[in-house]
Amino acid sequence: MELSLEKWSGAVSTVSIGASKEEGGTRSAVLKVGGQKTLPYLSAEGQIPYRPQIAFEVWDIAPLDWPQELLRPYQAVIKDPLSWAQKCVTDYGAKSICLRLMAAHPDFGDRTAQQEADFIRDLLKKISVPLIITGCGDDAKDNLVLPVCCEAARGERCLVGSAMQDNYKTLVAAALADGHNIIAESPIDINIAKQLNILISDMGLGLERIVINPTIGALGYGLEYAYSIMERARLAALAGDRMMSSPFICFVGQESWRAKEAKDEAQRGILWEAITATALIQAGADILVMRHPKAIEKIEKYINSLTGD
Amino acid sequence: MFIIGELINGMYKNIGRAIKDKDKAAIQKCALDQVKVGADALDVNCGPASRDPVFDIRWLIESIQEVTDKPLALDSSKPAVIESGLKVAKARAIINSTTADLEKLEILVPLAKKYNAKLIGLTISSKGIPQNKDQRLELAAAIVANCSDAGLPIEDLYLDPIVMPVNVAQAQMCEILEAIREFKIISDPAPKSIIGLSNVSQGACVRSLINRTFLTMAAAFGLDAAILDPLDKELMDAAVTSDLIMNKNIYCDSYLDAYRKK
Repeated sequence: MELSLEKWSGAVSTVSIGASKEEGGTRSAVLKVGGQKTLPYLSAEGQIPYRPQIAFEVWDIAPLDWPQELLRPYQAVIKDPLSWAQKCVTDYGAKSICLRLMAAHPDFGDRTAQQEADFIRDLLKKISVPLIITGCGDDAKDNLVLPVCCEAARGERCLVGSAMQDNYKTLVAAALADGHNIIAESPIDINIAKQLNILISDMGLGLERIVINPTIGALGYGLEYAYSIMERARLAALAGDRMMSSPFICFVGQESWRAKEAKDEAQRGILWEAITATALIQAGADILVMRHPKAIEKIEKYINSLTGD
Repeated sequence: MFIIGELINGMYKNIGRAIKDKDKAAIQKCALDQVKVGADALDVNCGPASRDPVFDIRWLIESIQEVTDKPLALDSSKPAVIESGLKVAKARAIINSTTADLEKLEILVPLAKKYNAKLIGLTISSKGIPQNKDQRLELAAAIVANCSDAGLPIEDLYLDPIVMPVNVAQAQMCEILEAIREFKIISDPAPKSIIGLSNVSQGACVRSLINRTFLTMAAAFGLDAAILDPLDKELMDAAVTSDLIMNKNIYCDSYLDAYRKK
């Protein structure tokens, strides 16, 4: 039987995260994501040049609400974020770190922009993998902190986030000034995702520097909805809609470990995180921000089985 | 919707003059003006006044290709003029057009194959203009059969139902719209449909409104492409909005800007 193959005219844009010495940064490797010319793993139909990448989520302050099972692997280093990040790289082979600047939050540590920037500088010296930097979630504070952190990481071509429809200008300006990529976040809403990409590219940031955070739900918490939004966006991208052609970043760990089922029992959280990740890889996720090393190990194996690595 | 800009046509005074004087800048400006507002391809027609269309079409194409790499629709009733254009066209060209007459098909279909070009097939023959949907479908089927036998991919064929002026053939409008829908069931994969839009308002006094109303209705019947004046902003907005309503594009608040930035 002959396979019926779709001919796509569009492609997902390729985003490079991290800058090597030759490119003016200090990273030991550059992560490339995107570039697909077909739906996930239909490799007979088109090119899939890069594998999905997993970023280990690290906070700049010990998390208060992480369940025991999730804290266990990081117990010795949880209060020392530099060692935490380094453990991810040396013990677990992390290829990138996603740093959450939670200590800047007015309710957590209320650290100043300068303190956070100093921390970023130290972290960049401590680890050499590409860095993703996300704010604390308080818009006003993030607008103070993130630009200073962008400057501290100038030339390292980080991925910084998140820009949102009603708060994107400050972060986009900072990313433009300091040569970073940006996360464009929309609340499980494809229309807003497209609109935000237009707004950001209107400010002069190229589409090859935008990664979409479509916002996901974990298994049992809206995963199907996130899946269908991502699928629809990817179909539009492949049909030639450039404003929808950005790679996806999915905060898998954050959503999975919020599920009460994940917190209940020791091993279940790991499975919850792994299952959520596998579904999102099938939906087209390019970067998965994950937490538990055992879940990450399972997903690396799963990705190997898909890509034949 | 695939939009082919119609303005590079020697029939228009400014273009006719530019062809005569070999005023490259005027042609290039006309090309870029159309591309800027969202034309996917440009029609190229030397017009009736050209003394040497075989040379002129080549000059037009070479001039246009210096400023844009959009595909060009080579518009002539003379196969020699079309082949002259095909020889220099860089992007995948569109032959505009063949009729359903065998003597035309036998020349133009092999040309399309030889140059890997797309082909517009008018549902018209030497017997005259079709008077209803069924006559259009019959001519369309003859064109499809010929292309299919010759090995031209049917998805590269654009069928044109021949749009008549509304003030001349009002009763034909519904027949034309129905034909656009039924072209799709002639074969699988289906041929595409195209219209030369401006003809619908020929001789009428509110041309722009008639054009965009017809285009919107044709879009609802599944129209794939149109040759039109892309500088008519309201017309283009209607085309883009039709694509939105037909769920061909994802909505966002700036969807009109998004289209023009594609």
